[in-house]
Amino acid sequence: MVLEIYLDLFSQPCRSVYIFAKKNGVPFEYKSVSLLAGEQYGEEFGKINVLRKAPAIRDGDFCLAESVAIMTYLAEKYKTPDHWFPADLQKRAQVNEYLSWQHSAMRPHGSKIFWLKLMIPRVMGTEVPKEKMDAALEDLDGTLKLFEEKFLQDRPFIVGDQISLADLVAIVEIMQPVGAGLDVFETRPKLSAWRDRVRDAIGAELFDEAHQGILSSQESAKSMDSSKLQHFKARILKKFL
Amino acid sequence: MSSAPVKAYLDILSQPSRAVLIFLRHNRIPHTVQTVALRRGEQKSAEFTRLNPMQKVPVIEHGGFVLTESDAILKYLATVYDVPEHWYPREPLQRARVDEYTAWHHSNTRPHAARVFFMEVLMPSMLGRPADPAKLQKAVDELEQTMQKLGEMFLKRQAFLCGDDISIADLLAICEIMQPLGGGRDILKNHPNLQSWRSRVQAALGEPFIEAHGILYRLRDKTAARL
Repeated sequence: MVLEIYLDLFSQPCRSVYIFAKKNGVPFEYKSVSLLAGEQYGEEFGKINVLRKAPAIRDGDFCLAESVAIMTYLAEKYKTPDHWFPADLQKRAQVNEYLSWQHSAMRPHGSKIFWLKLMIPRVMGTEVPKEKMDAALEDLDGTLKLFEEKFLQDRPFIVGDQISLADLVAIVEIMQPVGAGLDVFETRPKLSAWRDRVRDAIGAELFDEAHQGILSSQESAKSMDSSKLQHFKARILKKFL
Repeated sequence: MSSAPVKAYLDILSQPSRAVLIFLRHNRIPHTVQTVALRRGEQKSAEFTRLNPMQKVPVIEHGGFVLTESDAILKYLATVYDVPEHWYPREPLQRARVDEYTAWHHSNTRPHAARVFFMEVLMPSMLGRPADPAKLQKAVDELEQTMQKLGEMFLKRQAFLCGDDISIADLLAICEIMQPLGGGRDILKNHPNLQSWRSRVQAALGEPFIEAHGILYRLRDKTAARL
């Protein structure tokens, strides 16, 4: 039975898993889960992941969630090139360090911009108060500064000379606010240069394919039927407003 | 690999700091502790900021190698030192389960438990007045749901979060779950399955667990005395 990967490319962690699997020639069946349409609440998907989050994989009887865990599992199983998740203890620790930090930094701060700028106005029908938007922008700005200062510094990639899971996870999160119309690269040449290297290392075609959905989300938001998005309302009220 | 002792920069009031300290002590890993008192803002000193620009604890330094982030630290220590394998299993499926938890931990157990502690204990201490009751209740409700998910998705019918044996997942989780105790709140009150798990974890960790958490019991008693 072939590996099943459950994905929605609007989701950052889904993009990193997708890119990783495709880049490394991992044989898998792409199982689409439309988060916008609420497909994660279906009965079948509940069997894959009781918490109903994507990405998730089913490898025979083994089900696994959490993009970081999925990618390190695949790296080991398919013996992907060392640079993705180095065997060297210190390099590996540095990859783990970034993958850990980003959960409470890049991920929420980038994600929030996408929600405040694009999703909430579409679902709730109102713009978000300026102070909330400004605060979110400040958070993201601070995070990007730390990213450049501590994780990039003068290196081509986060851990040394080659791309690793750290860069992959970082780039997909940073692309999320870009999809909402915030060009974070415009005023940050160092970040842009890194983005170019990452895109190159992944392969421009694969990178662009994975990001096509998110980069056209401003357009698709206009044609989104807001009545179908109402299942997000409770979460929005709890989390953002 | 360096045979130098590990230098650990910690504040025992910090949940991830406790996890690292307990691991070092329980596994008898040669180490020294440098306290960074968060309440006195010592993490903002020029010296500490040079070590860690994030201005957070825990940090370790091992033969010149500096590492932050508790789960990265625990995984590094478990690999470098000859600790029992159950802490961070080598078998891929078992390891994936631990990695799955340590990822989920960051957006769930950690922030939700920390928020309740922050609102009930730290904020009043800093601002001189209690937290907004509605906001506190919202945080408590969210934590309650997270504990529910912890049981459903991870513990299930197992002895520990990721299998039959204790791992770094349990260590990280328990330190977060203990934190609200500093404000006199037992967040496992409605979760008998997690209470049994907590007892098993405490038993497995032994003396280092008790020592490390002494500060929370003292804080709880101080908080209670103030009311």
